[in-house]
Amino acid sequence: MDKFRMMFQFLQSNQESFMNGICGIMALASAQLYSAFEFTCPCLPEYNFAYGIGILLIPPIWFFMLGFVLNNNVSMLAEEWRRPTGKRRKDPTVLRYMFCSVTQRSLIAPAVWISVTLMDGKSFLCAFSINLDVEQFGNGTDHGLSDTDLQRMLAKIPCKHIFDGEAVISREAASRYIRCISQGFGWVFLLLTTMMAFLVRAIRPCFTQAAFLKTKYWSHYIDIERKMFDETCTEHAKTFAKVCIQQYFETVSGEMHKFHGQHHEKDDSDDEDNKNKIDKDKLLGIHVQDDMNKVLRNWHTCKPALSLKKNPDQNGDALGHVELYMNGYVQQTPTPAKKQCVAYYSKV
Amino acid sequence: MDRLKIVLQYFQSNSESISNGICVVLALVSVKLYTSFDFNCPCIPQYNRLYGLGVMFIPPIILFFLGVLINRHTGVMMEEWLRPVGKRSKNPAVVKYLFSAMLQRAMLAPMVWVLVTLLDGKCFVCAFSMNVDPRHFTGLPNNTGLDLVRIMAKVPCKEDAVFQNSTFRKAVSRYVRCYSQAIGWSILLLLILLGAIARVVKPCFDHATFLQTRYWSNYIDIEQKLFDETCVLHARDFARKCVDQFFQGMREDVQLRLPLSLARAAAPSKEPDEEMEDHLRGITRQEQVDRLLHTWYQCRPELDVTRIAHQPRVCITWEDNDRRILFTDV
Repeated sequence: MDKFRMMFQFLQSNQESFMNGICGIMALASAQLYSAFEFTCPCLPEYNFAYGIGILLIPPIWFFMLGFVLNNNVSMLAEEWRRPTGKRRKDPTVLRYMFCSVTQRSLIAPAVWISVTLMDGKSFLCAFSINLDVEQFGNGTDHGLSDTDLQRMLAKIPCKHIFDGEAVISREAASRYIRCISQGFGWVFLLLTTMMAFLVRAIRPCFTQAAFLKTKYWSHYIDIERKMFDETCTEHAKTFAKVCIQQYFETVSGEMHKFHGQHHEKDDSDDEDNKNKIDKDKLLGIHVQDDMNKVLRNWHTCKPALSLKKNPDQNGDALGHVELYMNGYVQQTPTPAKKQCVAYYSKV
Repeated sequence: MDRLKIVLQYFQSNSESISNGICVVLALVSVKLYTSFDFNCPCIPQYNRLYGLGVMFIPPIILFFLGVLINRHTGVMMEEWLRPVGKRSKNPAVVKYLFSAMLQRAMLAPMVWVLVTLLDGKCFVCAFSMNVDPRHFTGLPNNTGLDLVRIMAKVPCKEDAVFQNSTFRKAVSRYVRCYSQAIGWSILLLLILLGAIARVVKPCFDHATFLQTRYWSNYIDIEQKLFDETCVLHARDFARKCVDQFFQGMREDVQLRLPLSLARAAAPSKEPDEEMEDHLRGITRQEQVDRLLHTWYQCRPELDVTRIAHQPRVCITWEDNDRRILFTDV
């Protein structure tokens, strides 16, 4: 019992920690993707801003959607939302809870990307180098450049290999300044995100604890129920297939026996009898090559109907048959000596 | 693999050691974060101090909130604090114990960050290089045309053109780093001393009550975990019975007329066929399967498994023509 409890604890924590694991892997993937990504600022006045802000904002959207795609619970949520009511009411708080937990997990990788981008500073530098105030960073001399020339020169600040305005503005000082602002934004963003997460998770028990326990139970129940149903359907399909094929072989074997004539084998001893019976069972009545070929051909050309029936004409051989009554009917048997009935007794 | 399981089992058995483990991991994460963070002092008089002190104090706040968030005991403590009294009286000492334990664990990672920052010294140099009196150092560049404050503000940036071929910058930054490291070590020494004194002196104060509060706080933690586990097991059982009941409900009335083999009359034993019947649950035709799947979606069954949970057992009685009982299951 203790071992079972330990295993189950691991499994159940595994269910949640599986999703947390996926979440963590995506966060690491986003950090790794950023470091592997070769940031190339175009250094042109018209495109700098679009490139810089695009790198900052578009991959997070992509990660957010990827988080939804990878989360198994999304299809469960959609199913629960769209199903007809049937005999079971729909609880909107459960739907809300499932949606919130899926969204929270999907928001982690985008947040990691945004904070890593801001801490690194390259995208801010690329996007906002044009807006620099030359007076603050100028080298004291009057530059005498026209506005467009100045813009073009400022746009080249992120690219240190092609920057040619060292006389007018100190590239190092300007890039340091912008990166410092970018890092400031990054830390503030992290602080805000952490505080929001703190408010949501640590302060929540103040408000809705009882209702929260209920929604947590039922959302977990819906997940397990779906898995159980799939498992049961798989078991059923397997057994259905097995019985269907067995029946098919028996049908063909029956035809073959009528064709070949009955063969009764003399039983030598009990052991051999059992062994023979097991082998015969496995062969399902097909012993000749031509019969097997016929079986295989018919399986393709004339598949049996999807309907399992117990043939009342079959003699009782290795399979025992028990007479069953459903819904309280009483049935007379061919052997008149016995009268069988089923009685429902409740255990008192 | 077995050893790993034993280690995991040890850690999972003691919820305090899980919290300690997580706390240490967070401290390591904070060190890693500091080393991978690209420190970028602006070297501008108005922003130096803001940046330096910001990098020294804002990440610890973030790490503190993170530490509170990922600690399981936070939830336990909040629940215990906010629950209605019900039939169990509330012990404020337990809540206080949990709160102080949570605070101590959450403070570790921020302290590690502050100490690493101080021992490294970059933040201090960035924040306080302007407060150094340059008269103590030789080699102040005086041909740049910038005022003193701006020159001193550029000390943290070694690539700056102002300080080429000058030992002034290195001397000033070494001086400020020295201060920073001294402060860092003193804080570390103070913390360790406080911790040691607290551990030594604590048993003098009401140890018996402390043992009780520690026991009961551990108890409510374990109780909540067990409740969650039981709910999970219950949900699993509930789901299985609900699905079984649904399959049974889809089963149609079946009458099977089969000859009874005389050998089987005495003792009906379990045949492989019956096991297969169990899995089939009475659904034996394509239309039945289709209808079952369709109904599962269109008309989800109600959440009530009373019928199958209290199902009467099928008992078979054989009687002969004179109503004498030959065999009965009852």
